[in-house]
Amino acid sequence: MVALDFGAVVAEWPLLLRGAAFTLGLTAVAAVLGVGLGVACGWARAWGPPWLRHLVGVYVELIRNTPFIVQLFFVFFGLPSLGVRLTPELASVIAMVINLGAYAAEISRAGIEGTPRGQIEAARSLAFTERQVFLRVVLPPALARVWPAMVSQIVIVMLGSAVCGQIATQELSYYANLIQSRNFRAFESFIVATALYLLLSVVLRQGLNWIGPRWIFGRVPQAGR
Amino acid sequence: MADSIVNIVALRKRFGTNEVLKGIDLDVKRGEVIAIIGKSGSGKSTLLRCVNGLEVFQEGSLEVDGQPLKHGDPRAMRALRQHVGMIFQSFNLFPHLSVGRNVMLAPTLVKKHNGPEAEQQARKLLERVGLADKFDAWPDQLSGGQQQRVAIARALAMQPSVMLCDEITSALDPELVGEVLRVVEGLAEEGMTLMMVTHEMNFARKVSDRVVFMHAGRIHEVGPPEQLFGAPQTAELKQFLSALH
Amino acid sequence: MIDFSLWDIFRNLLLAARWTVGLSLVAFAGGGLVALALLLARLAKLRGAERGVSLYVQLFQGTPLLMQLFLAYFGLALFGINVPAWLAAGLALTFYTSAFLAEIWRGCVNSIAKGQWEAADSLALSFSETMRHVIGPQALRIAVAPTVGFLVQVIKGTALASVIGFIELTKAGTMITNATFRPFTVYACVALMYFALCWPISAWSRQLERKLRRG
Repeated sequence: MVALDFGAVVAEWPLLLRGAAFTLGLTAVAAVLGVGLGVACGWARAWGPPWLRHLVGVYVELIRNTPFIVQLFFVFFGLPSLGVRLTPELASVIAMVINLGAYAAEISRAGIEGTPRGQIEAARSLAFTERQVFLRVVLPPALARVWPAMVSQIVIVMLGSAVCGQIATQELSYYANLIQSRNFRAFESFIVATALYLLLSVVLRQGLNWIGPRWIFGRVPQAGR
Repeated sequence: MADSIVNIVALRKRFGTNEVLKGIDLDVKRGEVIAIIGKSGSGKSTLLRCVNGLEVFQEGSLEVDGQPLKHGDPRAMRALRQHVGMIFQSFNLFPHLSVGRNVMLAPTLVKKHNGPEAEQQARKLLERVGLADKFDAWPDQLSGGQQQRVAIARALAMQPSVMLCDEITSALDPELVGEVLRVVEGLAEEGMTLMMVTHEMNFARKVSDRVVFMHAGRIHEVGPPEQLFGAPQTAELKQFLSALH
Repeated sequence: MIDFSLWDIFRNLLLAARWTVGLSLVAFAGGGLVALALLLARLAKLRGAERGVSLYVQLFQGTPLLMQLFLAYFGLALFGINVPAWLAAGLALTFYTSAFLAEIWRGCVNSIAKGQWEAADSLALSFSETMRHVIGPQALRIAVAPTVGFLVQVIKGTALASVIGFIELTKAGTMITNATFRPFTVYACVALMYFALCWPISAWSRQLERKLRRG
């Protein structure tokens, strides 16, 4: 039988911890900016002028039909040709934000379009400005409606960030690679890293489900109560 | 002398900690028409669904045609269901099959009838329920009453000895109820053993041999319709009947 | 430094794209078969199937595809077999696809009214007869749109196989970038090729979904 040595990997737990923390940090920044971008795009698709709708549509389709790794390489390797110098971390965040933004756009659009007509009419009748109507009346229930899908997408982006290690962003997969290059325990390193990612995805999902009703969209009563 | 076709003794059923059937005793003779009435939540549908094994009971015994129910044995259950037909409140026709194919499916697969034989039987049954011209129609093209009549034909295709009717007109618009009840009345006249959970009191009165009144998981009164509707004994039945008017 | 024309770049990428398509189809077909087996096991209520399949799905959906590829590559290497990149990638993507398809199809089957199962049971149909004649056809109709949509995910997933050395479109892009020092052009071409592969399929999936909803 094959001899597996997990000890050599677990001994490097400080590196793994640093990597996991960085992954979470990357995800947090990307989530805030990405969802923000997504909501703006969702608004544009639902209520914006036709030219903006088309523009956003092109952006969304482009991102959703190309792999994240290609988007990342384009940002990190391609943009410097235009004179833009990016650190691996910055490139990773930018790519993740652009990626999440496109998916969040579709998700939030679905939520916004599901707003009952009466809500908007009531708000307008109360002399709210359009901005207030959107931010105060439409958006919170819309986000509540689509929160499970949004959370799933954020988790997907977090898992996708593993690729950022390829451009030397010092997140979890980067350190897993580093560890295995030192002790040649490739399989064990990646198993441990995978288990950590699994843990991160559970924690992230729980966390976001907890944060949503408390900080983002408020408690919306269930239908029928 | 008519023999017993469905024999229920001391049947008890729980959903989790909630006991919904608290000791049911009922003996149904071959050819009898039984109407089961009662408030929502009294356990009527659950009792009916125990007879063909869609619900599992914890205590007591249930025998159909002398055979006890063997819940764990799929083959025994399928054998049972060839003798017991069921009509549902929501029809449950197969939407991807035409009316004719809906009726033909089970005989073809289960009783191994061949194509032409099954088709002939299906056409005859559809004629019997008044839908001879709908053989090639699709379920979603039919009214509720028509769909329910197809469901009856589908169940009859298996030539059951007992038919279970679970509130079969409750989901129908009032003007469509009559056509379905007429078909059921026809079955009763031909001597089919029927167990019907129903809210149609006039129909129950007219067609059934015995009426069973259930309340809170127990049978409170059993007897011929004149007795139950004309001279209710228990307070619950009196209250139930007065609430209907 | 060799001077590559745009056409040279394009042509080489196109040749590599064959492997992207090939890997995608293999993973999709293989994954579909495994998913079907898992789904049927679950529906037939085989012992341990519900728990096992649920765990299997959570594992693949809760971990990065990149890690799954690494594990396939290095895991098989442990047994002394020198695993070619295409085999590791094929295996990893097949199981990845199977988990997602099993979950998608489970959702489709669950959306079929319980009454259909009860009607089939009441007519004394066996499990396999019920699946084949009643539930299967209805589930198939509902499942076509999301299944086609997932094919896009699989195609995008093949891009990660480049990391373990499989020479498909993305890897070719990296290699050509290294040779031409024109990353902007090359990766833009790579992106456009993925777009050309994926977008028609996405559009088709949306069309299928619209047709289904209309009736």
